[in-house]
Amino acid sequence: MRFLVTCKRVTDPEMKIKVLNDGSGVDLEDANYAVNPFDEIAIEAAVQKIEEDGEGEVVLVAIGDEEYDEQIRHGLAMGANRAIRVVVENGETLDSDSIAKILVAIYNEEKPDIFMLGKQSIDGDSSQVPQLIAEYLDLPQATFVSKIEYLNSEVRVVREVDGGFETLQLSTPALISVDLRLNEPRYPSIPNMMKAKKKELKEIELDDLDISLPQKQKVIFRKLVSPPKRKGGVKLSSIEELYDKLKNEANVL
Amino acid sequence: MSKLLIVAEQRDNQLKKVTLSAITFAKKEGFSFDIIILGSSVESVAKELSEYGAKRVLYSSSPLFENFIAKTYAEAIHEVVVKNDYEYIVSTSTTTGKDFLPRVAVKLNAGMASDIIGAEKDGDSLLFKRPIWAGAAVALTEITTPYKVISVRVSAYPPAEKTTISPIESITLTKISTPNVKFISLQENKSTRPELTEAMAIVSGGKGLKSKENFNALLEPLADALAGAIGASRLAVDSGYATNDLQVGQTGKSVAPNLYIAVAISGAIQHLAGMKDSKVIVAINKDDEAPIFEVADYGFVGDAFTAIPKLTELIKSGK
Ligand SMILES: Cc1cc2nc3c(=O)[nH]c(=O)nc-3n(C[C@H](O)[C@H](O)[C@H](O)COP(=O)(O)OP(=O)(O)OC[C@H]3O[C@@H](n4cnc5c(N)ncnc54)[C@H](O)[C@@H]3O)c2cc1C
Repeated sequence: MRFLVTCKRVTDPEMKIKVLNDGSGVDLEDANYAVNPFDEIAIEAAVQKIEEDGEGEVVLVAIGDEEYDEQIRHGLAMGANRAIRVVVENGETLDSDSIAKILVAIYNEEKPDIFMLGKQSIDGDSSQVPQLIAEYLDLPQATFVSKIEYLNSEVRVVREVDGGFETLQLSTPALISVDLRLNEPRYPSIPNMMKAKKKELKEIELDDLDISLPQKQKVIFRKLVSPPKRKGGVKLSSIEELYDKLKNEANVL
Repeated sequence: MSKLLIVAEQRDNQLKKVTLSAITFAKKEGFSFDIIILGSSVESVAKELSEYGAKRVLYSSSPLFENFIAKTYAEAIHEVVVKNDYEYIVSTSTTTGKDFLPRVAVKLNAGMASDIIGAEKDGDSLLFKRPIWAGAAVALTEITTPYKVISVRVSAYPPAEKTTISPIESITLTKISTPNVKFISLQENKSTRPELTEAMAIVSGGKGLKSKENFNALLEPLADALAGAIGASRLAVDSGYATNDLQVGQTGKSVAPNLYIAVAISGAIQHLAGMKDSKVIVAINKDDEAPIFEVADYGFVGDAFTAIPKLTELIKSGK
Protein backbone atom coordinates (compact mmCIF):
# COMPACT_ATOMS: atom_id res chain seq x y z
CA MET A 1 0.00 0.00 0.00
CA ARG A 2 1.30 3.45 -0.86
CA PHE A 3 0.51 6.40 1.36
CA LEU A 4 0.85 10.11 0.88
CA VAL A 5 0.73 11.86 4.27
CA THR A 6 0.85 15.53 5.21
CA CYS A 7 3.53 16.68 7.63
CA LYS A 8 2.74 20.25 8.55
CA ARG A 9 4.88 22.32 10.85
CA VAL A 10 2.94 24.09 13.61
CA THR A 11 3.78 25.88 16.82
CA ASP A 12 4.30 23.55 19.76
CA PRO A 13 0.87 22.71 21.21
CA GLU A 14 2.16 23.45 24.72
CA MET A 15 3.24 26.96 23.77
CA LYS A 16 1.36 30.01 25.02
CA ILE A 17 0.20 32.01 22.02
CA LYS A 18 -0.02 35.82 22.17
CA VAL A 19 -1.46 38.12 19.55
CA LEU A 20 0.87 40.93 18.41
CA ASN A 21 -0.25 44.39 19.40
CA ASP A 22 -0.74 45.51 15.81
CA GLY A 23 -2.94 42.49 15.08
CA SER A 24 -0.74 41.35 12.20
CA GLY A 25 -0.21 37.88 13.63
CA VAL A 26 0.90 36.09 16.75
CA ASP A 27 4.21 36.48 18.52
CA LEU A 28 6.54 33.80 17.17
CA GLU A 29 9.76 35.32 18.49
CA ASP A 30 10.69 32.43 20.77
CA ALA A 31 8.40 29.85 19.21
CA ASN A 32 9.05 26.15 19.29
CA TYR A 33 7.68 24.04 16.49
CA ALA A 34 6.40 20.53 16.09
CA VAL A 35 4.70 18.31 13.55
CA ASN A 36 0.98 19.00 13.64
CA PRO A 37 -0.20 16.41 16.23
CA PHE A 38 -2.92 15.16 13.90
CA ASP A 39 -0.45 14.69 11.05
CA GLU A 40 1.76 12.74 13.43
CA ILE A 41 -1.14 10.38 14.01
CA ALA A 42 -1.60 10.04 10.24
CA ILE A 43 2.11 9.30 9.76
CA GLU A 44 1.99 6.71 12.54
CA ALA A 45 -1.01 4.97 10.98
CA ALA A 46 0.64 4.78 7.57
CA VAL A 47 3.98 3.59 8.95
CA GLN A 48 2.26 0.92 11.03
CA LYS A 49 0.61 -0.44 7.91
CA ILE A 50 3.77 -0.73 5.82
CA GLU A 51 5.65 -2.26 8.75
CA GLU A 52 2.93 -4.83 9.19
CA ASP A 53 2.91 -5.67 5.48
CA GLY A 54 6.67 -5.59 5.08
CA GLU A 55 6.09 -3.61 1.90
CA GLY A 56 4.59 -0.37 0.67
CA GLU A 57 5.69 3.21 0.90
CA VAL A 58 4.96 6.29 2.98
CA VAL A 59 5.66 9.63 1.32
CA LEU A 60 5.41 12.83 3.35
CA VAL A 61 4.42 16.17 1.93
CA ALA A 62 4.86 19.62 3.44
CA ILE A 63 4.47 23.15 2.10
CA GLY A 64 6.93 25.74 3.33
CA ASP A 65 10.48 27.02 3.48
CA GLU A 66 13.56 25.11 4.65
CA GLU A 67 12.65 25.73 8.27
CA TYR A 68 10.13 22.97 7.79
CA ASP A 69 12.84 20.37 7.21
CA GLU A 70 13.31 19.72 10.92
CA GLN A 71 9.70 18.59 11.25
CA ILE A 72 9.86 16.64 8.00
CA ARG A 73 12.96 14.82 9.31
CA HIS A 74 10.95 13.95 12.41
CA GLY A 75 8.29 12.37 10.21
CA LEU A 76 10.96 10.48 8.28
CA ALA A 77 12.46 9.26 11.54
CA MET A 78 9.06 7.88 12.49
CA GLY A 79 9.43 5.56 9.52
CA ALA A 80 8.27 7.36 6.39
CA ASN A 81 10.36 6.50 3.32
CA ARG A 82 10.82 9.84 1.66
CA ALA A 83 9.42 13.36 1.63
CA ILE A 84 8.49 16.22 -0.62
CA ARG A 85 8.55 19.85 0.33
CA VAL A 86 6.81 22.31 -1.92
CA VAL A 87 8.90 25.43 -1.62
CA VAL A 88 6.75 28.32 -0.45
CA GLU A 89 7.93 31.36 1.48
CA ASN A 90 5.30 32.88 3.77
CA GLY A 91 3.16 29.77 3.53
CA GLU A 92 0.97 31.19 6.31
CA THR A 93 -0.65 33.61 3.90
CA LEU A 94 -2.08 30.80 1.80
CA ASP A 95 -5.66 29.87 2.59
CA SER A 96 -7.01 26.33 2.89
CA ASP A 97 -8.05 26.32 -0.75
CA SER A 98 -4.56 27.15 -2.03
CA ILE A 99 -3.02 24.53 0.24
CA ALA A 100 -5.53 22.01 -1.06
CA LYS A 101 -4.69 22.86 -4.67
CA ILE A 102 -0.98 22.35 -4.06
CA LEU A 103 -1.64 19.02 -2.37
CA VAL A 104 -3.88 17.96 -5.23
CA ALA A 105 -0.97 18.55 -7.61
CA ILE A 106 1.32 16.43 -5.47
CA TYR A 107 -1.31 13.72 -5.27
CA ASN A 108 -1.48 13.65 -9.04
CA GLU A 109 2.26 13.10 -9.26
CA GLU A 110 2.40 10.45 -6.55
CA LYS A 111 -0.88 8.59 -7.13
CA PRO A 112 -0.96 6.94 -3.68
CA ASP A 113 -3.55 4.36 -2.61
CA ILE A 114 -4.40 6.43 0.42
CA PHE A 115 -4.00 10.14 1.03
CA MET A 116 -3.90 10.52 4.78
CA LEU A 117 -4.09 13.85 6.63
CA GLY A 118 -4.69 15.16 10.11
CA LYS A 119 -8.29 16.25 10.62
CA GLN A 120 -7.20 19.78 11.43
CA SER A 121 -4.04 21.72 12.08
CA ILE A 122 -3.79 23.14 15.54
CA ASP A 123 -2.90 26.66 14.41
CA GLY A 124 -5.59 27.48 11.82
CA ASP A 125 -8.17 25.05 13.27
CA SER A 126 -10.18 25.20 10.02
CA SER A 127 -10.61 21.50 9.33
CA GLN A 128 -11.12 22.09 5.60
CA VAL A 129 -8.11 20.91 3.60
CA PRO A 130 -8.88 17.15 3.52
CA GLN A 131 -12.47 17.69 2.40
CA LEU A 132 -11.43 20.25 -0.22
CA ILE A 133 -8.94 17.77 -1.69
CA ALA A 134 -11.49 14.95 -1.72
CA GLU A 135 -13.85 17.17 -3.67
CA TYR A 136 -11.21 18.36 -6.14
CA LEU A 137 -10.12 14.78 -6.82
CA ASP A 138 -13.51 13.15 -6.38
CA LEU A 139 -11.90 10.69 -3.97
CA PRO A 140 -13.89 8.61 -1.48
CA GLN A 141 -13.68 10.67 1.72
CA ALA A 142 -13.66 9.67 5.37
CA THR A 143 -12.99 12.37 7.94
CA PHE A 144 -12.34 12.15 11.72
CA VAL A 145 -11.25 8.51 11.53
CA SER A 146 -10.40 6.66 14.74
CA LYS A 147 -10.09 3.11 13.39
CA ILE A 148 -8.92 1.66 10.08
CA GLU A 149 -9.28 -1.89 8.85
CA TYR A 150 -7.70 -2.86 5.55
CA LEU A 151 -9.71 -5.26 3.43
CA ASN A 152 -8.66 -6.34 -0.07
CA SER A 153 -8.98 -3.27 -2.23
CA GLU A 154 -11.11 -1.47 0.32
CA VAL A 155 -10.73 0.10 3.71
CA ARG A 156 -13.29 0.07 6.46
CA VAL A 157 -13.09 3.01 8.82
CA VAL A 158 -14.79 4.15 11.97
CA ARG A 159 -15.46 7.88 12.21
CA GLU A 160 -15.98 9.85 15.40
CA VAL A 161 -19.14 11.83 14.77
CA ASP A 162 -21.46 13.85 16.99
CA GLY A 163 -23.57 11.34 18.81
CA GLY A 164 -21.51 8.23 18.15
CA PHE A 165 -19.43 6.23 15.71
CA GLU A 166 -20.04 5.81 12.02
CA THR A 167 -18.61 3.01 9.93
CA LEU A 168 -17.90 3.57 6.24
CA GLN A 169 -16.28 1.43 3.59
CA LEU A 170 -14.18 3.04 0.88
CA SER A 171 -12.50 1.66 -2.20
CA THR A 172 -8.98 2.88 -2.86
CA PRO A 173 -7.65 5.30 -3.86
CA ALA A 174 -9.21 7.11 -0.93
CA LEU A 175 -8.70 10.08 1.36
CA ILE A 176 -8.74 9.75 5.13
CA SER A 177 -8.49 12.46 7.79
CA VAL A 178 -7.52 11.12 11.18
CA ASP A 179 -8.71 11.87 14.69
CA LEU A 180 -6.95 11.71 18.05
CA ARG A 181 -7.81 8.22 19.10
CA LEU A 182 -6.52 6.35 16.04
CA ASN A 183 -3.15 5.64 17.65
CA GLU A 184 -0.38 7.05 19.80
CA PRO A 185 2.45 8.28 17.62
CA ARG A 186 5.85 6.84 18.43
CA TYR A 187 8.79 8.93 19.46
CA PRO A 188 11.60 8.14 17.00
CA SER A 189 14.76 6.51 18.34
CA ILE A 190 18.16 8.19 17.92
CA PRO A 191 19.32 5.66 15.28
CA ASN A 192 16.12 6.31 13.32
CA MET A 193 16.74 10.04 13.55
CA MET A 194 20.21 9.48 12.12
CA LYS A 195 18.80 7.34 9.33
CA ALA A 196 16.20 9.98 8.56
CA LYS A 197 18.95 12.44 7.67
CA LYS A 198 19.86 10.29 4.68
CA LYS A 199 16.34 9.79 3.40
CA GLU A 200 15.25 11.62 0.28
CA LEU A 201 13.70 15.05 0.85
CA LYS A 202 12.82 16.48 -2.51
CA GLU A 203 12.11 20.17 -3.00
CA ILE A 204 9.56 21.11 -5.62
CA GLU A 205 9.14 24.70 -6.72
CA LEU A 206 5.61 26.02 -6.77
CA ASP A 207 6.16 27.15 -10.37
CA ASP A 208 6.91 23.60 -11.43
CA LEU A 209 3.46 22.47 -10.38
CA ASP A 210 0.74 22.84 -12.95
CA ILE A 211 -1.54 25.02 -10.84
CA SER A 212 -2.44 28.64 -10.55
CA LEU A 213 -3.17 30.18 -7.20
CA PRO A 214 -5.34 33.29 -7.15
CA GLN A 215 -3.60 36.61 -6.50
CA LYS A 216 -6.28 37.36 -3.98
CA GLN A 217 -6.83 34.46 -1.61
CA LYS A 218 -10.43 33.34 -1.12
CA VAL A 219 -10.13 33.73 2.63
CA ILE A 220 -8.05 36.47 4.23
CA PHE A 221 -7.29 37.19 7.86
CA ARG A 222 -7.65 40.96 8.03
CA LYS A 223 -6.51 41.17 11.59
CA LEU A 224 -6.02 39.06 14.71
CA VAL A 225 -7.37 40.12 18.06
CA SER A 226 -7.04 38.69 21.54
CA PRO A 227 -10.08 36.90 22.87
CA PRO A 228 -11.81 38.55 25.84
CA LYS A 229 -9.80 37.68 28.88
CA ARG A 230 -11.44 35.78 31.64
CA LYS A 231 -10.44 36.60 35.18
CA GLY A 232 -10.09 33.96 37.81
CA GLY A 233 -12.57 34.38 40.64
CA VAL A 234 -12.48 33.24 44.21
CA LYS A 235 -11.42 30.05 45.89
CA LEU A 236 -13.83 28.89 48.53
CA SER A 237 -12.94 27.06 51.66
CA SER A 238 -15.87 24.70 51.84
CA ILE A 239 -18.43 23.00 49.62
CA GLU A 240 -21.19 24.64 51.66
CA GLU A 241 -19.78 28.02 50.75
CA LEU A 242 -19.49 27.01 47.09
CA TYR A 243 -23.11 25.89 47.11
CA ASP A 244 -24.20 29.14 48.70
CA LYS A 245 -22.38 31.23 46.07
CA LEU A 246 -23.83 29.24 43.19
CA LYS A 247 -27.31 29.55 44.59
CA ASN A 248 -27.37 33.07 45.93
CA GLU A 249 -24.68 35.00 44.06
CA ALA A 250 -24.39 33.41 40.62
CA ASN A 251 -28.03 32.27 40.59
CA VAL A 252 -27.27 29.21 38.53
CA LEU A 253 -29.00 26.55 40.62
CA MET B 1 -35.25 36.70 -2.71
CA SER B 2 -33.17 35.46 0.12
CA LYS B 3 -29.45 35.79 -0.11
CA LEU B 4 -28.71 33.19 2.48
CA LEU B 5 -29.39 29.48 2.68
CA ILE B 6 -29.25 27.57 5.94
CA VAL B 7 -28.58 23.87 5.64
CA ALA B 8 -30.47 22.22 8.49
CA GLU B 9 -29.36 19.02 10.16
CA GLN B 10 -31.42 16.01 11.15
CA ARG B 11 -30.90 12.49 12.33
CA ASP B 12 -33.54 9.79 11.84
CA ASN B 13 -35.76 12.53 10.45
CA GLN B 14 -35.65 14.44 13.73
CA LEU B 15 -34.43 18.02 13.62
CA LYS B 16 -31.08 18.64 15.31
CA LYS B 17 -31.40 21.62 17.57
CA VAL B 18 -27.98 22.92 16.47
CA THR B 19 -29.68 24.28 13.36
CA LEU B 20 -31.45 26.86 15.51
CA SER B 21 -28.06 28.44 16.18
CA ALA B 22 -27.44 28.91 12.46
CA ILE B 23 -30.86 30.58 12.25
CA THR B 24 -29.89 32.95 15.07
CA PHE B 25 -26.74 33.88 13.15
CA ALA B 26 -28.78 34.76 10.05
CA LYS B 27 -31.27 36.82 12.04
CA LYS B 28 -28.64 38.59 14.06
CA GLU B 29 -26.85 39.73 10.91
CA GLY B 30 -30.13 40.87 9.38
CA PHE B 31 -30.33 38.40 6.50
CA SER B 32 -33.54 37.17 4.99
CA PHE B 33 -32.98 33.46 4.65
CA ASP B 34 -34.26 30.17 3.31
CA ILE B 35 -33.73 26.83 5.00
CA ILE B 36 -33.17 23.48 3.34
CA ILE B 37 -33.55 20.09 4.98
CA LEU B 38 -32.58 16.79 3.36
CA GLY B 39 -33.50 13.32 4.60
CA SER B 40 -35.41 10.17 3.81
CA SER B 41 -38.71 11.63 5.02
CA VAL B 42 -38.46 15.18 6.23
CA GLU B 43 -41.78 16.89 5.59
CA SER B 44 -42.46 17.02 9.31
CA VAL B 45 -39.00 18.46 9.95
CA ALA B 46 -39.70 21.12 7.33
CA LYS B 47 -42.95 21.97 9.16
CA GLU B 48 -41.05 22.31 12.39
CA LEU B 49 -38.49 24.54 10.67
CA SER B 50 -41.24 26.72 9.22
CA GLU B 51 -41.78 28.37 12.60
CA TYR B 52 -38.57 30.39 12.64
CA GLY B 53 -39.15 33.21 10.22
CA ALA B 54 -37.50 31.91 7.04
CA LYS B 55 -38.70 33.21 3.69
CA ARG B 56 -39.16 29.59 2.59
CA VAL B 57 -38.34 26.18 3.92
CA LEU B 58 -37.27 23.77 1.20
CA TYR B 59 -37.16 20.06 1.76
CA SER B 60 -36.24 17.03 -0.25
CA SER B 61 -37.22 13.57 0.92
CA SER B 62 -35.34 10.80 -0.81
CA PRO B 63 -33.72 7.47 0.09
CA LEU B 64 -30.50 9.09 -1.21
CA PHE B 65 -30.43 11.21 1.93
CA GLU B 66 -31.24 8.48 4.43
CA ASN B 67 -27.67 8.34 5.65
CA PHE B 68 -25.51 11.40 5.63
CA ILE B 69 -22.83 11.19 2.92
CA ALA B 70 -20.69 14.30 2.43
CA LYS B 71 -20.43 13.99 -1.35
CA THR B 72 -24.16 13.49 -1.77
CA TYR B 73 -25.02 16.41 0.47
CA ALA B 74 -22.55 18.65 -1.33
CA GLU B 75 -24.09 17.81 -4.69
CA ALA B 76 -27.59 18.44 -3.42
CA ILE B 77 -26.77 21.77 -1.80
CA HIS B 78 -24.83 22.89 -4.84
CA GLU B 79 -27.84 22.22 -7.04
CA VAL B 80 -30.13 24.20 -4.73
CA VAL B 81 -27.72 27.13 -4.50
CA VAL B 82 -27.22 27.43 -8.22
CA LYS B 83 -30.94 27.28 -8.87
CA ASN B 84 -31.78 29.99 -6.34
CA ASP B 85 -28.61 32.05 -6.45
CA TYR B 86 -27.88 32.39 -2.75
CA GLU B 87 -24.78 34.29 -1.80
CA TYR B 88 -24.24 32.76 1.64
CA ILE B 89 -24.41 29.06 2.48
CA VAL B 90 -24.52 28.50 6.21
CA SER B 91 -24.53 25.48 8.47
CA THR B 92 -23.02 24.55 11.83
CA SER B 93 -19.53 23.33 12.65
CA THR B 94 -20.75 19.94 13.77
CA THR B 95 -19.05 16.84 12.41
CA THR B 96 -21.70 16.89 9.67
CA GLY B 97 -21.17 20.53 8.70
CA LYS B 98 -17.41 20.14 8.73
CA ASP B 99 -17.68 17.09 6.51
CA PHE B 100 -19.68 18.48 3.59
CA LEU B 101 -19.41 22.30 3.63
CA PRO B 102 -15.84 22.52 2.27
CA ARG B 103 -16.98 20.37 -0.65
CA VAL B 104 -19.80 22.81 -1.38
CA ALA B 105 -17.20 25.59 -1.32
CA VAL B 106 -15.14 23.85 -4.02
CA LYS B 107 -18.19 23.38 -6.24
CA LEU B 108 -19.04 27.09 -5.95
CA ASN B 109 -15.42 28.25 -6.20
CA ALA B 110 -16.10 29.90 -2.85
CA GLY B 111 -14.08 30.69 0.22
CA MET B 112 -15.20 29.22 3.51
CA ALA B 113 -14.90 30.52 7.07
CA SER B 114 -15.04 27.72 9.65
CA ASP B 115 -16.50 27.77 13.12
CA ILE B 116 -17.38 31.44 13.36
CA ILE B 117 -18.39 33.04 16.65
CA GLY B 118 -19.42 36.49 15.41
CA ALA B 119 -19.45 38.94 12.55
CA GLU B 120 -18.89 42.64 12.08
CA LYS B 121 -19.66 45.01 9.25
CA ASP B 122 -16.83 46.60 7.36
CA GLY B 123 -18.31 48.92 4.75
CA ASP B 124 -20.28 46.65 2.48
CA SER B 125 -18.61 43.48 3.49
CA LEU B 126 -19.01 41.32 6.52
CA LEU B 127 -16.00 40.12 8.48
CA PHE B 128 -16.28 36.88 10.41
CA LYS B 129 -14.69 36.18 13.76
CA ARG B 130 -13.08 32.80 14.05
CA PRO B 131 -11.09 31.43 16.96
CA ILE B 132 -7.72 30.04 15.88
CA TRP B 133 -4.80 28.54 17.82
CA ALA B 134 -7.20 26.86 20.25
CA GLY B 135 -8.91 30.17 20.87
CA ALA B 136 -5.70 32.03 21.79
CA ALA B 137 -6.47 34.42 18.93
CA VAL B 138 -9.55 35.50 17.05
CA ALA B 139 -9.14 36.14 13.33
CA LEU B 140 -11.25 38.78 11.60
CA THR B 141 -11.82 36.89 8.40
CA GLU B 142 -12.86 38.16 5.00
CA ILE B 143 -14.27 35.90 2.31
CA THR B 144 -13.38 37.47 -1.03
CA THR B 145 -15.40 35.25 -3.38
CA PRO B 146 -18.93 35.94 -4.71
CA TYR B 147 -20.29 32.85 -2.95
CA LYS B 148 -19.50 32.54 0.73
CA VAL B 149 -19.64 29.38 2.83
CA ILE B 150 -19.82 29.56 6.60
CA SER B 151 -19.99 27.15 9.49
CA VAL B 152 -21.26 28.58 12.75
CA ARG B 153 -20.06 27.57 16.21
CA VAL B 154 -23.21 26.41 17.97
CA SER B 155 -22.22 27.60 21.43
CA ALA B 156 -21.75 31.16 20.16
CA TYR B 157 -25.37 31.57 19.04
CA PRO B 158 -28.32 30.68 21.30
CA PRO B 159 -31.13 28.68 19.68
CA ALA B 160 -33.58 30.84 17.71
CA GLU B 161 -37.04 31.52 19.10
CA LYS B 162 -40.15 30.74 17.12
CA THR B 163 -41.60 33.65 15.16
CA THR B 164 -43.61 33.81 11.96
CA ILE B 165 -44.65 30.83 9.86
CA SER B 166 -42.98 30.35 6.50
CA PRO B 167 -44.19 28.41 3.48
CA ILE B 168 -42.68 24.98 2.93
CA GLU B 169 -41.87 23.58 -0.46
CA SER B 170 -40.89 20.09 -1.55
CA ILE B 171 -38.14 20.01 -4.15
CA THR B 172 -36.70 17.26 -6.31
CA LEU B 173 -32.99 17.13 -6.89
CA THR B 174 -31.82 15.60 -10.13
CA LYS B 175 -28.06 15.86 -10.15
CA ILE B 176 -27.05 13.41 -7.44
CA SER B 177 -24.44 10.87 -8.51
CA THR B 178 -23.79 7.45 -7.00
CA PRO B 179 -21.91 7.82 -3.71
CA ASN B 180 -18.31 6.60 -3.72
CA VAL B 181 -18.36 5.47 -0.10
CA LYS B 182 -20.48 2.72 1.40
CA PHE B 183 -22.37 3.56 4.56
CA ILE B 184 -22.14 0.54 6.88
CA SER B 185 -23.59 1.62 10.21
CA LEU B 186 -24.05 4.30 12.80
CA GLN B 187 -23.56 3.30 16.38
CA GLU B 188 -25.23 5.93 18.48
CA ASN B 189 -24.15 6.81 21.98
CA LYS B 190 -27.57 6.69 23.53
CA SER B 191 -28.18 9.02 26.40
CA THR B 192 -31.21 10.47 28.07
CA ARG B 193 -29.29 13.61 28.99
CA PRO B 194 -29.46 16.88 27.08
CA GLU B 195 -26.84 17.22 24.35
CA LEU B 196 -23.63 18.91 25.38
CA THR B 197 -24.14 21.85 23.05
CA GLU B 198 -27.69 22.37 24.28
CA ALA B 199 -27.35 21.88 28.03
CA MET B 200 -27.82 24.71 30.54
CA ALA B 201 -25.44 22.96 32.95
CA ILE B 202 -22.49 20.69 32.27
CA VAL B 203 -20.52 18.58 34.69
CA SER B 204 -17.21 17.65 33.14
CA GLY B 205 -14.71 15.11 34.45
CA GLY B 206 -11.00 14.62 33.88
CA LYS B 207 -8.23 12.12 34.19
CA GLY B 208 -8.09 12.74 37.94
CA LEU B 209 -11.20 10.61 38.41
CA LYS B 210 -9.04 7.57 37.64
CA SER B 211 -11.67 5.14 36.33
CA LYS B 212 -14.87 4.90 34.38
CA GLU B 213 -16.64 3.62 37.49
CA ASN B 214 -15.56 6.64 39.52
CA PHE B 215 -16.39 8.96 36.66
CA ASN B 216 -19.96 7.71 36.46
CA ALA B 217 -20.52 7.26 40.18
CA LEU B 218 -19.47 10.83 40.93
CA LEU B 219 -20.72 12.79 37.95
CA GLU B 220 -24.03 11.16 37.08
CA PRO B 221 -25.85 12.04 40.32
CA LEU B 222 -24.58 15.62 40.07
CA ALA B 223 -25.63 15.91 36.42
CA ASP B 224 -29.03 14.45 37.37
CA ALA B 225 -29.46 16.98 40.16
CA LEU B 226 -28.72 19.79 37.69
CA ALA B 227 -30.66 18.24 34.80
CA GLY B 228 -27.41 18.78 32.94
CA ALA B 229 -25.09 17.08 30.50
CA ILE B 230 -21.84 15.28 31.15
CA GLY B 231 -18.62 16.33 29.47
CA ALA B 232 -15.04 15.11 29.62
CA SER B 233 -11.45 16.11 28.99
CA ARG B 234 -9.53 14.44 26.23
CA LEU B 235 -7.55 12.31 28.67
CA ALA B 236 -10.77 11.10 30.28
CA VAL B 237 -12.06 10.08 26.84
CA ASP B 238 -8.72 8.53 25.82
CA SER B 239 -8.79 6.51 29.04
CA GLY B 240 -12.27 5.22 28.28
CA TYR B 241 -14.11 7.00 31.12
CA ALA B 242 -16.47 8.71 28.67
CA THR B 243 -17.48 8.39 25.03
CA ASN B 244 -15.79 10.38 22.27
CA ASP B 245 -18.68 12.74 21.64
CA LEU B 246 -18.44 14.06 25.20
CA GLN B 247 -14.97 15.55 24.70
CA VAL B 248 -14.90 19.27 25.30
CA GLY B 249 -12.11 21.34 23.77
CA GLN B 250 -10.19 22.46 20.74
CA THR B 251 -10.72 19.18 18.98
CA GLY B 252 -13.96 18.20 20.63
CA LYS B 253 -17.09 20.23 21.35
CA SER B 254 -17.28 23.92 22.14
CA VAL B 255 -19.82 24.64 24.83
CA ALA B 256 -21.11 27.71 26.65
CA PRO B 257 -23.65 26.67 29.28
CA ASN B 258 -24.83 28.78 32.20
CA LEU B 259 -22.87 26.54 34.54
CA TYR B 260 -19.77 24.47 33.77
CA ILE B 261 -18.33 22.40 36.60
CA ALA B 262 -14.84 21.07 35.85
CA VAL B 263 -14.00 18.16 38.12
CA ALA B 264 -10.40 16.91 38.30
CA ILE B 265 -9.52 18.64 35.04
CA SER B 266 -6.19 20.47 34.97
CA GLY B 267 -7.26 23.15 32.46
CA ALA B 268 -4.93 22.69 29.48
CA ILE B 269 -5.36 25.35 26.78
CA GLN B 270 -6.92 22.75 24.48
CA HIS B 271 -9.61 22.09 27.09
CA LEU B 272 -10.19 25.77 27.86
CA ALA B 273 -10.70 26.38 24.14
CA GLY B 274 -13.97 24.50 24.35
CA MET B 275 -15.48 25.88 27.56
CA LYS B 276 -14.07 29.27 28.50
CA ASP B 277 -17.12 31.07 27.16
CA SER B 278 -19.37 29.38 29.73
CA LYS B 279 -21.22 31.88 31.89
CA VAL B 280 -20.21 30.54 35.27
CA ILE B 281 -17.24 28.19 35.65
CA VAL B 282 -16.63 26.11 38.74
CA ALA B 283 -13.39 24.18 39.23
CA ILE B 284 -12.86 21.41 41.72
CA ASN B 285 -9.29 20.20 41.79
CA LYS B 286 -6.93 19.01 44.48
CA ASP B 287 -4.00 20.94 43.01
CA ASP B 288 -4.35 24.57 43.98
CA GLU B 289 -2.03 25.61 41.13
CA ALA B 290 -4.06 23.91 38.40
CA PRO B 291 -4.54 26.35 35.48
CA ILE B 292 -8.29 25.70 35.46
CA PHE B 293 -8.52 28.04 38.46
CA GLU B 294 -7.33 30.91 36.25
CA VAL B 295 -10.64 30.85 34.37
CA ALA B 296 -12.93 29.63 37.15
CA ASP B 297 -15.35 32.03 38.84
CA TYR B 298 -15.56 29.72 41.82
CA GLY B 299 -12.89 27.28 42.83
CA PHE B 300 -12.61 24.63 45.46
CA VAL B 301 -9.28 23.05 46.24
CA GLY B 302 -9.87 19.54 47.48
CA ASP B 303 -10.62 15.94 46.76
CA ALA B 304 -13.36 15.43 44.18
CA PHE B 305 -14.30 12.11 45.75
CA THR B 306 -15.64 13.82 48.85
CA ALA B 307 -16.53 17.22 47.37
CA ILE B 308 -18.83 16.07 44.57
CA PRO B 309 -21.18 13.87 46.66
CA LYS B 310 -21.46 16.71 49.16
CA LEU B 311 -22.28 19.27 46.49
CA THR B 312 -24.78 16.87 44.93
CA GLU B 313 -26.55 16.40 48.27
CA LEU B 314 -26.77 20.14 48.87
CA ILE B 315 -28.20 20.78 45.42
CA LYS B 316 -30.73 17.97 45.84
CA SER B 317 -31.80 19.25 49.23
CA GLY B 318 -32.33 22.66 47.65
CA LYS B 319 -31.65 24.57 50.84
C1 LIG C 1 -3.64 18.30 19.38
C2 LIG C 1 -4.22 18.24 20.74
C3 LIG C 1 -5.58 18.38 20.87
C4 LIG C 1 -6.17 18.31 22.14
N1 LIG C 1 -7.52 18.49 22.24
C5 LIG C 1 -8.07 18.46 23.47
C6 LIG C 1 -9.48 18.67 23.65
O1 LIG C 1 -10.23 18.89 22.67
N2 LIG C 1 -9.99 18.63 24.90
C7 LIG C 1 -9.21 18.39 26.00
O2 LIG C 1 -9.74 18.35 27.12
N3 LIG C 1 -7.89 18.19 25.86
C8 LIG C 1 -7.31 18.20 24.63
N4 LIG C 1 -5.97 17.97 24.52
C9 LIG C 1 -5.24 17.47 25.70
C10 LIG C 1 -4.82 18.53 26.69
O3 LIG C 1 -3.59 19.08 26.29
C11 LIG C 1 -4.66 17.90 28.08
O4 LIG C 1 -3.75 16.83 28.02
C12 LIG C 1 -5.95 17.36 28.68
O5 LIG C 1 -6.99 18.33 28.58
C13 LIG C 1 -5.74 17.00 30.12
O6 LIG C 1 -6.85 16.29 30.62
P1 LIG C 1 -7.16 16.28 32.19
O7 LIG C 1 -7.25 17.66 32.68
O8 LIG C 1 -8.31 15.38 32.41
O9 LIG C 1 -5.90 15.50 32.76
P2 LIG C 1 -4.61 16.01 33.64
O10 LIG C 1 -3.99 17.13 32.93
O11 LIG C 1 -3.88 14.80 33.91
O12 LIG C 1 -5.31 16.60 34.91
C14 LIG C 1 -5.90 15.84 35.89
C15 LIG C 1 -6.25 16.79 37.02
O13 LIG C 1 -6.97 16.09 38.01
C16 LIG C 1 -6.59 16.59 39.28
N5 LIG C 1 -6.92 15.55 40.27
C17 LIG C 1 -6.37 14.32 40.40
N6 LIG C 1 -6.99 13.64 41.37
C18 LIG C 1 -7.93 14.45 41.89
C19 LIG C 1 -8.89 14.32 42.94
N7 LIG C 1 -8.99 13.18 43.65
N8 LIG C 1 -9.70 15.36 43.20
C20 LIG C 1 -9.61 16.52 42.49
N9 LIG C 1 -8.72 16.69 41.51
C21 LIG C 1 -7.89 15.67 41.19
C22 LIG C 1 -5.12 16.88 39.14
O14 LIG C 1 -4.71 17.83 40.09
C23 LIG C 1 -5.05 17.41 37.71
O15 LIG C 1 -5.20 18.82 37.68
C24 LIG C 1 -5.37 18.07 23.27
C25 LIG C 1 -3.99 17.95 23.13
C26 LIG C 1 -3.41 18.05 21.87
C27 LIG C 1 -1.92 17.94 21.76
